[in-house]
Amino acid sequence: MGDASQANGKRDIAGAGNCRSLWIIKETRKGASEVDGQRDGCRGRGLRRESDTCGRGHCDGIKAQGLLNWDSSRRHQLELFRCCCAGNKSLYGTRHPRLSYGKPAVEPVRKSARETWSKHCDKAEFYSSEKVKVFDSVAVNTNDMWAMMRKAYKITYERYKDEFSWFFLAYPTTFAIIENLKYFLLKKDPSQPFYIGHTVKSGDLEYVDGEGGIVLSIESLRRLSRVLEDPDKCPEQGGMIWKLAEDKQLAICLKYSGVFAENAEDSEGKDVFNTKSVGALIKEAMSTHPQQVVDGCCSDMAITFSGLAPNHMHVMMYGVYRLRPYGHSYSDALVFLPPPGSDND
Amino acid sequence: MASSKSLMNLLTFTFGSAIGFFVCYLLFSIILEEQVKIQPHVLHNDPHGQHSADTDNNQLQGQMNFNADAGQHKDEDKNIAEGLYHKVKILCWVMTGPQNLEKKAKHVKATWAQRCNKVLFMSSEENKDFPAVGLETKEGRDQLYWKTIKAFQYVYDNYFDDADWFMKADDDTYVILDNLRWLLSKYSPEQPIYFGRRFKPYVKQGYMSGGAGYVLSKEALKRFVAAFKTNKCTHSSSIEDLALGKCMEIINVEAGDSRDTSGRETFHPFVPEHHLIRGYLPKTFWYWNYNYYPAVEGPGCCSDLAVSFHYVDSVTMYHLEYLIYHLRPYGYLYRYNPDSSKNPEEQSENEALENNQKLKQKTSES
Repeated sequence: MGDASQANGKRDIAGAGNCRSLWIIKETRKGASEVDGQRDGCRGRGLRRESDTCGRGHCDGIKAQGLLNWDSSRRHQLELFRCCCAGNKSLYGTRHPRLSYGKPAVEPVRKSARETWSKHCDKAEFYSSEKVKVFDSVAVNTNDMWAMMRKAYKITYERYKDEFSWFFLAYPTTFAIIENLKYFLLKKDPSQPFYIGHTVKSGDLEYVDGEGGIVLSIESLRRLSRVLEDPDKCPEQGGMIWKLAEDKQLAICLKYSGVFAENAEDSEGKDVFNTKSVGALIKEAMSTHPQQVVDGCCSDMAITFSGLAPNHMHVMMYGVYRLRPYGHSYSDALVFLPPPGSDND
Repeated sequence: MASSKSLMNLLTFTFGSAIGFFVCYLLFSIILEEQVKIQPHVLHNDPHGQHSADTDNNQLQGQMNFNADAGQHKDEDKNIAEGLYHKVKILCWVMTGPQNLEKKAKHVKATWAQRCNKVLFMSSEENKDFPAVGLETKEGRDQLYWKTIKAFQYVYDNYFDDADWFMKADDDTYVILDNLRWLLSKYSPEQPIYFGRRFKPYVKQGYMSGGAGYVLSKEALKRFVAAFKTNKCTHSSSIEDLALGKCMEIINVEAGDSRDTSGRETFHPFVPEHHLIRGYLPKTFWYWNYNYYPAVEGPGCCSDLAVSFHYVDSVTMYHLEYLIYHLRPYGYLYRYNPDSSKNPEEQSENEALENNQKLKQKTSES
């Protein structure tokens, strides 16, 4: 994925995601009164400098920052910019709001999600079955999980359809690594109907298991919001004597609009969305492939783990975003900055 | 007869109550047993309380083996780590016993032990297959200092020239060798110094927690072994870490400060969860009074470049291995820069610049 591209003799390394996490280096001639190429560099990826109007999907009030430095060996001026994303035009214009929903009974659990990984989302919203003042979540006034999911998706579509291209829904006990999610979605076109996660086959139906997290592109969400209005295809009451789980219901409704579930795997065929915790997966690997426990367990680029208690969320934050061995580095094509004002990552 | 009837009633009542109590007792004991199973991580109430006969609930079969170079690491650049591997040679010896070779030491061998320049498993009896060195002691909590003395003696006699630093760990300690090398690279093995999680009671300069592991410089090992030959130090007690710490003070080996450049601890006497969660360790717990430096709970407890954790069970060994050496957030710019002397908050912008510069240079060379 090394993507240092050269355009017109200028070299830049761009990142993806939202304004906060995007850096571009532009190399220019020393002494030039204006730094060349910055506009081209940004525009080439469908991006604009913050001082230009971004149009659709404008930055969240983040100032452009130019840092100047001299690279004496090359007699060039290096400048770092933050560019913002021009909506959903280019593949770099991806932004990921995250939905999390649950009942107030899972308060401490959701609180830990709020304090931990959700800070890495471009936008995080919490849906609760009741108005919980101190917690600042959106109330959906129902205890039925399917009804809650419908409402959450409806509200999300109405509020954010012009701003975001990807929508990630997580349950309260799920831990997600948003950087890996962004990397995973980098080359996918959000105007296509994507419905991605850890899939399960139940008879004829293939659905994404909610525990592992559900990713929808803007096109899928658009189609979903249409079919949710249709009580024949997508009834609110489920229409059956016994209720289907909400993640299955979602799959049925999406199927009616031509959106089909897709399992997410890394380059080695390992699942990146996991419906269990690391510990549970390690235990399984110890009995099924004792010779290769860690290799058999989980992907290096895993996106989600689930079934985590609040304490485990904090341990994951430390284990993922901080704890590491000195002297190992990677030449990643993207750079993601840590979120401001946070002390546990 | 009225009295015998009431006696009968009384007997019936008593008998009925007895049955009732007995059934309740049975029910409660079943329920409580379940609860105990749910909480396998007990707080260890004695700083020198070593590991009681533990019930390893995971009866796992087979030999665990790790393939260090998996396909997903092809973008990984390990040059700096490999440079340190050759520059800072560490011999690790793991305190274990015959009954723990298959239960615990095996998982150490399958995970972090591979990264030592040399590793030895020290037991009371020799095991040629594992392999484990036989120290010819007995087993048991009271033998720990004997084992330690003999282990260091063995290392000195057989491997003194093969390493610069000599690390002792337990079979439930997880050690991150790359971070240990970074810590030690700033010191010379000729210095009389040793590092670990520093405790303050009983010894003026402090002593190092046994379970969190401690590492002696070449000079420190030399003095330690010599001290027993000249009786400067003796087997004064069976509390291994404390007795060793007292000896170190006698022979003028300095108790080093193992904290990172932002003052965070690197050697840990417990698993990450116990340190990271505020309120997990009650304020009355011995730990708060033992720590030489002010003990911190929450994210500030632990360095990003932690060196060790203790009371790590077999599943957690692999769990840590996965989190440390495998799972990573793509492209993430870590807040803490170990090579910068500034504090973390100021570092990020300069880091972003430096990192992008390095990236640029790398791609220009490719």
